[in-house]
Amino acid sequence: MADQSELKKKLLSSREYVGVDQIEGPLVFIKNTHPVGYRELVECRDRQGNLRLGTVMDTSDDVAVVQVFSGTSGLNMPETRVSFKGEPQTLGVSKKMLGRVFNGLGQPRDGGAAPRAVKQVDVNGRPVNPVAREYPRDFIQTGISVIDGMNTLIRGQKLPIFSGNGLPHNELAAQITRQAKVRGQETDFAVVFAAMGVKHDVARYFIDSFESSGVLEKVALFLSLADDPSIERIITPRSALTLAEHLAFDEGMHVLVVMTDMANYCESLREISTLRGEIPSRKGYPGYLYSDLAELYERSGMLKGFKGSITQLPILTMPNDDISHPIPDLSGYITEGQIVFERDMHSRGLYPPVAGLPSLSRLMKDGIGEGMTREDHPHLASQLFAAYSYVKDVRNLASVIGEEELTPLDHQYLDFGEYFEKKFVNQRTNEDRSIEQTLDLGWEALSLLPAEELHRVTEEEIETYYGTVAAKTPEGGI
Amino acid sequence: MNERIAGRVSRVNGPVLEAADITDALMTEMVFVGEERLVGEVIKLNGNRAVIQVYEDTTGIAPGDNIYGSGESLSVALGPGLMGTIYDGIQRPLENLFELSGEFIGKGLSFSALNKEREWEYTPLVREGDRVKEGQIIGTVQETPRIEHRIMVPPGLAGTVTEAAAAGTYTIDRVIAVLEPDDTPEKRELTMVQSWPIRRPRPTAERRPLSIPLVTGQRVIDTLFPLAKGGTVAIPGGFGTGKTMTQHAIAKWCDADIIVYIGCGERGNEMTDVLNEFPELIDPSTGRSLMERTILIANTSNMPVSAREASIYTGITIAEYYRDQGYHVAIMADSTSRWAEALRELSGRMEEMPAEEGFPAYLPTRIAEFYERAGYMETFCGKEGSVSIIGAVSPPGGDFSEPVTQHTRRFVRCFWGLDRQLANARHYPAIGWLDSYSEYLTDITPWWEEKVGPAWAEDRREILELLQKEVRLQQIVKLVGPDALPDSQRFVIEVCTVFKNAFLQQNAFDDIDRYSTAEKQMRMLGIILCYWRRGNEAIRKGVTIVKLRRMKVLQEIIKMKLTIPNDKPGQFDRLEAKLERSLDRLGAIYG
Ligand SMILES: Nc1ncnc2c1ncn2[C@@H]1O[C@H](COP(=O)(O)OP(=O)(O)OP(=O)(O)O)[C@@H](O)[C@H]1O
Ligand SMILES: [Mg+2]
Repeated sequence: MADQSELKKKLLSSREYVGVDQIEGPLVFIKNTHPVGYRELVECRDRQGNLRLGTVMDTSDDVAVVQVFSGTSGLNMPETRVSFKGEPQTLGVSKKMLGRVFNGLGQPRDGGAAPRAVKQVDVNGRPVNPVAREYPRDFIQTGISVIDGMNTLIRGQKLPIFSGNGLPHNELAAQITRQAKVRGQETDFAVVFAAMGVKHDVARYFIDSFESSGVLEKVALFLSLADDPSIERIITPRSALTLAEHLAFDEGMHVLVVMTDMANYCESLREISTLRGEIPSRKGYPGYLYSDLAELYERSGMLKGFKGSITQLPILTMPNDDISHPIPDLSGYITEGQIVFERDMHSRGLYPPVAGLPSLSRLMKDGIGEGMTREDHPHLASQLFAAYSYVKDVRNLASVIGEEELTPLDHQYLDFGEYFEKKFVNQRTNEDRSIEQTLDLGWEALSLLPAEELHRVTEEEIETYYGTVAAKTPEGGI
Repeated sequence: MNERIAGRVSRVNGPVLEAADITDALMTEMVFVGEERLVGEVIKLNGNRAVIQVYEDTTGIAPGDNIYGSGESLSVALGPGLMGTIYDGIQRPLENLFELSGEFIGKGLSFSALNKEREWEYTPLVREGDRVKEGQIIGTVQETPRIEHRIMVPPGLAGTVTEAAAAGTYTIDRVIAVLEPDDTPEKRELTMVQSWPIRRPRPTAERRPLSIPLVTGQRVIDTLFPLAKGGTVAIPGGFGTGKTMTQHAIAKWCDADIIVYIGCGERGNEMTDVLNEFPELIDPSTGRSLMERTILIANTSNMPVSAREASIYTGITIAEYYRDQGYHVAIMADSTSRWAEALRELSGRMEEMPAEEGFPAYLPTRIAEFYERAGYMETFCGKEGSVSIIGAVSPPGGDFSEPVTQHTRRFVRCFWGLDRQLANARHYPAIGWLDSYSEYLTDITPWWEEKVGPAWAEDRREILELLQKEVRLQQIVKLVGPDALPDSQRFVIEVCTVFKNAFLQQNAFDDIDRYSTAEKQMRMLGIILCYWRRGNEAIRKGVTIVKLRRMKVLQEIIKMKLTIPNDKPGQFDRLEAKLERSLDRLGAIYG
């Protein structure tokens, strides 16, 4: 029985249909085929015999709808040849893919031969059973104070950067990639980089940055650039994550996945949805955008009994800097926090321009404190947030009534705010601070406030840390 | 189960199938699709065609594939062994799926919802010849050290016991009683398991008025916006404002007997977190592990979307079943928006006419039906039981005017609106005190006054009034600065600040602060109000606000939530006395 169905599958997958019935955007419609399966892999050949891969998006008694990843330009109806492969799209994966450059489908684009695959894996992945997950709790030191101190990155976390056009998200992502380490551990790490619809110079920037820090051999790049067919972006992160899963769970490596720009990915999704005449939800994006993004973002984390991990650092540019736009909004509902950029900080020359308040790391709570970072870390972070949030209120007030009218206490808060932004948040793109330096800087800032104002730290912490460091720099030095 | 070919696939569009050549399929019948036997449900019938939603990934399904009917509606199995288990949206135990397919969930897996091998110590409560009616308890097993599982006659059945098993250890499928029903001669064998279709509410004897609070241990909730046992509440909030944390906190510390927690379209790690944490946590009232009273349903955001739609019903049916045994059950659904979106997606795939924002026109009906399954009931077995529903809502862009929040608001009587500003300032729980409300206040006030303290309602009213006043004062401050206000008004702001820091903010990660007993809440509020009332007096006598603020005891008040444990209420007496003394001294200076 099994043999028979295997045989049948083989026969059907070698069948080739010549001519298609309709072509619309990246979609091809074919009638009168054998019954084809949903999400089956499709091979399309144009007049010249060039191969293009696609997948079945809708299948019925009458017609199969195929989405062609390399786009349909150059295809014609009578001469296009199509065959259905009887199984979903797979990617051949191996550790040898590190150090290489691929297109979105995982085909080499660096001129080299395709590395020999150790196995073929369905690019769509399968949902992880929650009982098999290991809750992530290892602190990753990025050397960036505003992240380590206040929005701590944890190994296995999915932590996106919500940015805007022209803001230094690439610089920050590259800096994190260069500096990230779990202290006290020499580990086998890899970087998987997925580019969706970004310009050549962005890809170049990352490659150069990997090269100059000598890690290029540890990086696999999947590039679907701005001038590649937009539909290829749909598959790019899936290829990248498929390799990442192999590296993490078969090879035991700690994998950092950088995906940029998720906004381009979502736009491609909208394009297809519109073409198919689906009922849109907000701003024309399909109702399943949430589930679709979750299929990507949830492919991260750690598994019980496995050495490796997948940490995701997706980058998305918020259209109009609007955090309530569906792309950042739905991402925020799925990811485990977010690093939010603020244009105003950027204009004031601060790097990284991370907005203090809307940024959040949800996994931080289990990865910081005694034995992990330092015992005062949880309270210190909470206190910094509280104080900085009050600073924002005071600044608003000052803009109405004028700074002179503020109370002495409010003035102290303003000083704290300045110090916090210029000394704590602000740092150089190559500055790698230890967690102790970061936390001490936090206390320095807090020491500009009266101790009675610090409700979120304990007496002992005040005893140990408050004022001590600032005393060494009496000028307060702004 | 009688398997028969009920039709064949004619179209596959994501999780929705169209089927042709339908012979005798039933509405809501559970079906199996293709040779992999993917689980699905009939959701529309029209002539010889049907629409089927599939609870698993439909990759590979092709037109022509067989559809096998099961002859039964999509149901859950109810019996001993539910407690402490984690299920997927259609009640497959995830631990067993893990054994079958490993770290990544495979397809076409089936596994009994309840352990069939496990033996239970059964104590019968009926004898041969007894007359029994629906819902009557015929025997018990100790399901976990804290939950006695009461085996009931299934709804709709009554008759005479012709055989009854003696006390002993049995598996769930063993017949424990044979019944001769009143209405048919055909005998019915009862085991410890019954099944119930998930989309139909289980019947009970009578609805009762609500009068007992569900004490959650979260101060802003219990003191300001209380929920009643059998009540319903929505927690709307943008991403990261604290819906999940609030629900986890309630699941851990509320005084329900049983918790059903549904992770509906949310993160995998959050379920793992519960799985790691709950077994370790000890319930203060019983001294037992929290997992012994908890059932988890997990359809994470990357699991198939139709199972997300079903997960809500699976959860509530299990909750009703324990309610019928006479338990107080609290059910958390995180997030009902994902469920509504699943409805939208399925509706879209069926090409139905959308109403607002693409949601189907029947969305409000579905929401209402779900929340109506809450309530405080007299059960058929003559006990009292309740189901309280705590539903998270995830409004797009954090905007509460969107359809799911708006419709939910119509059908719940309590509303805990999460405030982005508060969350950003890391004021947790970020439940805004101006937008939130509870309609259960009058229902449960007698309970508080009787069990905790007679001043409760009055104290609560007073602090809320201050919070309202503070908003108006803050508006003035924003225009002209704080110096323009007289000390008496600045003191209102001062007391509200203390109240927010010392009382409303509650740290879920602190061993002492994570929950507060009703008594602790009442005492804390009393102390803050003492500061308000006597401080106000002092100001009238000429004491400056700066002097009041500098009192050393104030630091202790702000940290009392962290320093005074639940079981040491005596320490509040000492603190209050100290406050009185400090105020006396201040007062004395000014005479
Ligand atoms: N009571 C609390 N005590 C301490 N921290 C809290 C509390 N409530 C929320 N937080 C913090 O806020 C973060 C986000 O909370 P949570 O995950 O509950 O948000 P959410 O509303 O469920 O978000 P989403 O809609 O994206 O799931 C938590 O990771 C935690 O850091
Ligand atoms: Mg949540």
